Amino acid sequence: MERATVYSEEARLKALFISSLDGDAVSYRLFLSDLTRYLRGYLRKRIPKMREDIEDLIQETLLAVHHARHTYRPEEPLTAWIHAIARYKLMDFFRTRARRDSLNDPIDDHQEIFSLSDDEPENARRDIRTLLNYLPDKQRLSILHVKLQGMSIAETATLLGLSESAVKVNVHRGIKALAARMREAL
Amino acid sequence: MRTEDLVELLSTDIEPVKKDALAILVTGSLLVALAGAFVLMAIAFGIRPDLANVITTPIFWEKLAFPLSLSVGAVIATSRLGRPGASVGGVGLVFLILPVVCVWAAGTAVVYGAVPADRALAVFGHTWRSCPFNILLLSIPGFIAIFYAMARLAPTRLRLAGAVSGLLAGTVATVAYCFHCPEMSPAFWSIWYVLGVMIVAATGALLGPRLLRW
Repeated sequence: MERATVYSEEARLKALFISSLDGDAVSYRLFLSDLTRYLRGYLRKRIPKMREDIEDLIQETLLAVHHARHTYRPEEPLTAWIHAIARYKLMDFFRTRARRDSLNDPIDDHQEIFSLSDDEPENARRDIRTLLNYLPDKQRLSILHVKLQGMSIAETATLLGLSESAVKVNVHRGIKALAARMREAL
Repeated sequence: MRTEDLVELLSTDIEPVKKDALAILVTGSLLVALAGAFVLMAIAFGIRPDLANVITTPIFWEKLAFPLSLSVGAVIATSRLGRPGASVGGVGLVFLILPVVCVWAAGTAVVYGAVPADRALAVFGHTWRSCPFNILLLSIPGFIAIFYAMARLAPTRLRLAGAVSGLLAGTVATVAYCFHCPEMSPAFWSIWYVLGVMIVAATGALLGPRLLRW
């Protein structure tokens, strides 16, 4: 990629990210989907043989970026901040994998012959909807209504008989618990 | 689940991020560390009875300045390492290294300046056996509070982040310990205070990767 392009991408993504820090959901969605593509490229280059893990790792990195949002300072380059998180998650993945492989048999190499080659993103193996089932009801339902069914906080609060701030807290804690579940499931 | 669905999930109905979240976490844990260490010091060891007299002497303030300036360095390092991709930082390093160099220089001067018979007393004082462990004890509330805060930030170098968190807990504990400790020789501080702080920092480095993973 041209140097100029990298700079303008930094500026564009940074603008999107900063307005999403102020609560702009549209910017945040754009930012996250662009980030997804960059992460996919980043990871495919680094772990080309572990394609089935890439989508999991992308999702985990997205969750990590989401949780680390409050540690970003606009005066620093966004690229460095994102890269540190992506690298951290990749290293964490290697460590977990090394630990797991030392306990289990290594994955059979010859099976890779039959792995499909395609450019489509693969589905992550861990289904978030399944993981949701492990969460306490209040957290699960809050996430389900607000995040997956697109209801407003007020509607969800009335439906669940909670205060609006309790719904927000439950969504927040639920997503945090979800990230923890994902880590364990890896 | 497809990644697009996760993006949807994360970006629906987001809350604005509180801009001073990091400052609040670090300041809060620092206050708990200070209060915890002072209360523990007062209960377990007691404030030195001659405090009213010694606070009029420069040597008391020089002694207090040592862990205090180390704490400043540790606060800078802790707040920086709580953010992805940041290092300890030049200013933080200066505040962490310079006080130690000064106290070592002063300690060496004191030992060489003393008559041989007094040298051992300048280095070991009367409390060298208990001093590092007293600092360790006083650091416990702060250690918990600072690790709690650090776990809510986003450290990407867990061992280093654990070490500076321990360092901060240890230096704050030493600040409180200065109000009990009767030793007034820089040679004593340069060894036993540093050792006490290092034990806490090493504990932090040991526990960092386990407790701070996210």
